[in-house]
Amino acid sequence: MRIGVITFPGSLDDVDAARAVRLAGAEPVALWHAEHDLKDVDAVVLPGGFSYGDYLRAGAIAARAPLVRDVVDRARQGMPVLGICNGFQVLCEAGLLPGALTRNGHLHFRNRDQALRIERADTAWTQDYEAGQRIVVPVKNGEGRYVAAPVDLDRIEGGGRVVVRYVEGNPNGSMRDIAGVTSEDGRVVGLMPHPEHAVEDLTGPSTDGLGFFTSVLKAVVSA
Amino acid sequence: MPRVVVDVVLKPEISDPQGQAVLGALGRLGHDGVRSVRQGKHFVLDVEGTPDEAELREIAETLLANPVIEDVELHLPTD
Repeated sequence: MRIGVITFPGSLDDVDAARAVRLAGAEPVALWHAEHDLKDVDAVVLPGGFSYGDYLRAGAIAARAPLVRDVVDRARQGMPVLGICNGFQVLCEAGLLPGALTRNGHLHFRNRDQALRIERADTAWTQDYEAGQRIVVPVKNGEGRYVAAPVDLDRIEGGGRVVVRYVEGNPNGSMRDIAGVTSEDGRVVGLMPHPEHAVEDLTGPSTDGLGFFTSVLKAVVSA
Repeated sequence: MPRVVVDVVLKPEISDPQGQAVLGALGRLGHDGVRSVRQGKHFVLDVEGTPDEAELREIAETLLANPVIEDVELHLPTD
């Protein structure tokens, strides 16, 4: 199983994402944003960071990178794609996920261990969890406030598109405590918190994040 | 060279914490008459030849603004 991790200028968490892929039992494959080459991967992770310095809007310029256009095409055919933090912003900007991420409500960067509730345990990236399960992973962002027009939020909720929600405190003012959402087919998931930083006891607050990376192994096999 | 201006602001239903912070500062400075501040972006594009309105609208609506949360206004040169 080959899982690609895209590096953009300004990516920070691509190495941790690749490490999480390896710990889950898959082969991480380094991908470069400017090439039209997905290197025969079975799934793709867009990591955290500050691609293009967050210029224009966070993720806006990366969403127009050559490789991301290829990822969008493959995702529409069912390839699993995970966007973490800046990667989530890129997927929203690319139109693969609904809504948008904006400046935190309190205007401060927020970095802490965060409790989340798994709302959907049937997506390509969350099937190793149970619906309602509480997990703790790091959150670290300045532009992580999930927003959409109220009518769009109703549609997102009504369609069961919320994958994870903040519990025990909302770190950035995200509407309806939304921490992550999925595509209609459940193959594309984006979230602001960082499961890739919670895969080993030595370095994370838990190993709760590993489930995202083990889930996709089954999703690819069953596809 | 013709100059095209594009203004981008958050849609009214999307809250703007930066604008609210500016409003708070104005209140502390004694400018009590300002009721609301919305912060946006202002792009100035110099383009070759006659501006192609359809192309510029595409640029404004697909890159300069995110239509999910932002409204965009295109100002073509008047001559």
